[in-house]
Amino acid sequence: MANDVLPMPQQFVHCEPDLCVGCELCVYACSDVKIGQYDPTRSMIRLIRQEPHQKRPVTLTITCRACADTPCVAACPYPGSLVVDFNTGVPHVVPDVCTGCGWCVPACPFGVISTNPGTKIVEICDLCEHRPEGPACVEICPKDALSLVTPEVISQRRRNKAVAKMGLALGVDQEEVGVHA
Amino acid sequence: MYYYSGRVLHVDLETERTRSAPINEQTLRAYVGGVGLGTRLLLDELKPGVDPLSPENVIVLANSAFAGTVVPTATKYAFVAKSPATGFVGDSISGSFFSLAMKRAGWDAIVITGRAKRLTYLFIDDDRAFFRNAAQLQGMDCWDTEEAIRHEIDDEMVKVASIGLAGENLVRYACIGNDKGRQAGRTGPGAVMGSKNLKAIAIRGSKQIKVADSRELFRLCLEYGKISQGPATQKYRAPGTVGNVLTCQKLGILPTRNFQSGVFAHAEEVSGERMLKFYTEKVVACSGCTIACEQVAKARQEPYKDSRVSVDYESLWALGPLCDVHNMDAIIKACDLCDRYGLDTMSTGVVIAWAMECFERGILTVADADGLDLSWGNEESVIALIHKLVRREPGIGNLLADGVKRAAEKVGQGTEAFAMHGKGLELAGYEPRGLQTYALGMAVGTRGACHNRSPGYEPDMGGKVDRFVADASRGQIVKDLEDYAAAFDSLVICKFFRKCFTDFWTEAAYMYELSTGLPMSADDLRKVGERVCNMKKLFNIREGWTAADDTLPARCFDDPLPEGASAGQVLKRDELRMMIDAYYQARGWTSDGLIPADKLAELGLGNVAEQARATVQPSLVGVT
Repeated sequence: MANDVLPMPQQFVHCEPDLCVGCELCVYACSDVKIGQYDPTRSMIRLIRQEPHQKRPVTLTITCRACADTPCVAACPYPGSLVVDFNTGVPHVVPDVCTGCGWCVPACPFGVISTNPGTKIVEICDLCEHRPEGPACVEICPKDALSLVTPEVISQRRRNKAVAKMGLALGVDQEEVGVHA
Repeated sequence: MYYYSGRVLHVDLETERTRSAPINEQTLRAYVGGVGLGTRLLLDELKPGVDPLSPENVIVLANSAFAGTVVPTATKYAFVAKSPATGFVGDSISGSFFSLAMKRAGWDAIVITGRAKRLTYLFIDDDRAFFRNAAQLQGMDCWDTEEAIRHEIDDEMVKVASIGLAGENLVRYACIGNDKGRQAGRTGPGAVMGSKNLKAIAIRGSKQIKVADSRELFRLCLEYGKISQGPATQKYRAPGTVGNVLTCQKLGILPTRNFQSGVFAHAEEVSGERMLKFYTEKVVACSGCTIACEQVAKARQEPYKDSRVSVDYESLWALGPLCDVHNMDAIIKACDLCDRYGLDTMSTGVVIAWAMECFERGILTVADADGLDLSWGNEESVIALIHKLVRREPGIGNLLADGVKRAAEKVGQGTEAFAMHGKGLELAGYEPRGLQTYALGMAVGTRGACHNRSPGYEPDMGGKVDRFVADASRGQIVKDLEDYAAAFDSLVICKFFRKCFTDFWTEAAYMYELSTGLPMSADDLRKVGERVCNMKKLFNIREGWTAADDTLPARCFDDPLPEGASAGQVLKRDELRMMIDAYYQARGWTSDGLIPADKLAELGLGNVAEQARATVQPSLVGVT
């Protein structure tokens, strides 16, 4: 009967660029709950601020997106160091096996694998799965830019936003569309 | 003791030597951080009476008691030095990632002395400090300097505070910029850095920050985070501080054409609401801030189209209404130039407005202005003047680069009457004639006419007092507001967060305990505020302050406001004097504004005063 249980859909912490103001509180909170101290370099979510020439500035935080093909696992030369959680799809680091070689770091397309400078063991977002309140970053985000979501929910939001924008042209009353901001 | 490292980094640019000195719990508790700790260290390190632009001046950077923690709006630090604008205490606050880097490098404060032999930048890499050649950075603007240094060291975690051309050329109101858009803006700290041949301070920190009770702090800050999304900070989130344009206009206190009027005919065109609708591209926060007040605006019209900068009320006001400029695109361009050159936008606007009034009166001519037409509202001339003064071009550029007080002294012919400054610091964007409590604060302020250190406009504009009436009760009000502001500036918590507290003293003291593990009661914190204000005053007395310095420009007394909701209002010399006397009394000072020895002892400043007394005229400090 175990086969009847479907794995949970892919979930990750997503940041809406339009809502993010670049305050970095998620970064502080992550290291706080994970290591009990504030240390952005040990945080598993990181802030990017860019001021591209003659373009709108960008603020965005990024963390593990639980990729289906997990390039970090593929790059790992030591089998068993990174184990993908069957339920969540999130790669977990097994500290006893991980040698700290760091090959997964450049393999990650989003650069969201951190290294503990003391032990050299890598650290990856585990969605705060042992925390009843859920991810600390999501909890502290003052602008509700962060949420723990599936790609399906992100696309729902996008659709709603698009329809709300088109609303007048389509003759749809925006109130009735019910946008989940 | 948690949070604090208990260490101060001493850097001597002359000998290129550094050392770490311990700082004890008692001192940290008494002065907390930021402006308090910075001024305390400055008093220790600086000899009295030195020229602010000489190698003998000292720069102190002092961090907040919460930088890098989840405490909202508190990742901030202060620059403190003897001000080249006022000759008195020069304390200026900035924030964001630089403060975090300094904290993580493990320094509660950094003291910089001497003058480098060549243009240098200081690279503090945790416990080590390097003196690096900055020849390639000469003339570079603040933004590019940051990028160039990060590129050279090749690490994004390197955070930089730097000066632009203004600081290099010793413009007396040059600021220090960090994290592309944050400034330690007032009292000319950039010029002090320039005088030391110090182009930039780059810091990389990799240490962890440990607080006494991180779980309780987290819980508390989640609550504050929510409160700070409500009405307590609404104004700052949208439209941002620029919303003040219409607020001040309504009250007739929007200083226009060099304080000739309190009403600007084109206020709607430069309103915050209009900026939000048509110009704001993105809202940005400092590191650790839940509010996010920075409105990054983009100019839309040629020839200013490429400009993009975060605009605050004071900058918008000084380079807009004060100079009679109402083209938002031009104002954005002027703010952008100031930020990149490293100029205090407020002082820049006030000094240019003064030049424009001199032009209107025929005291300065087109020839004097290097061919520029300085008619009111000529935005091209405002922008041209910024380019000229930052380079100290002979004539008008050099004249304006020394600030409005010195420029008026040089030109004479009665222009001092409308040189709008207090103690040499250019006035902020509120009309003192329509705000009596605020006016008193501007007159007695230790860093000059500064609204950030003495927010008297709040009871005035909020209707708690009659803003048109001078009475002795304002002495106590101003004293309390100064202490309140000094506590914020020492903790350091952003003042935009103030309304999120129900009882600031109790709550902030509790947060301090959670962070540092050191005992702090509401009364202790009140004492810190009072101590810091008295210490700053002590510094000024040491540098030659007399009661005659506590005044405002003649315009405030001689020219009634001509129009608007504050029409007819003017300050009276005897009334201001009466309020100043009441203020001295509320402070427990003598009628000459000096601090009695028992007051100093009560605040634990006896030793500090003793030190000062030993080095200056004994009569100046601590009259018994």
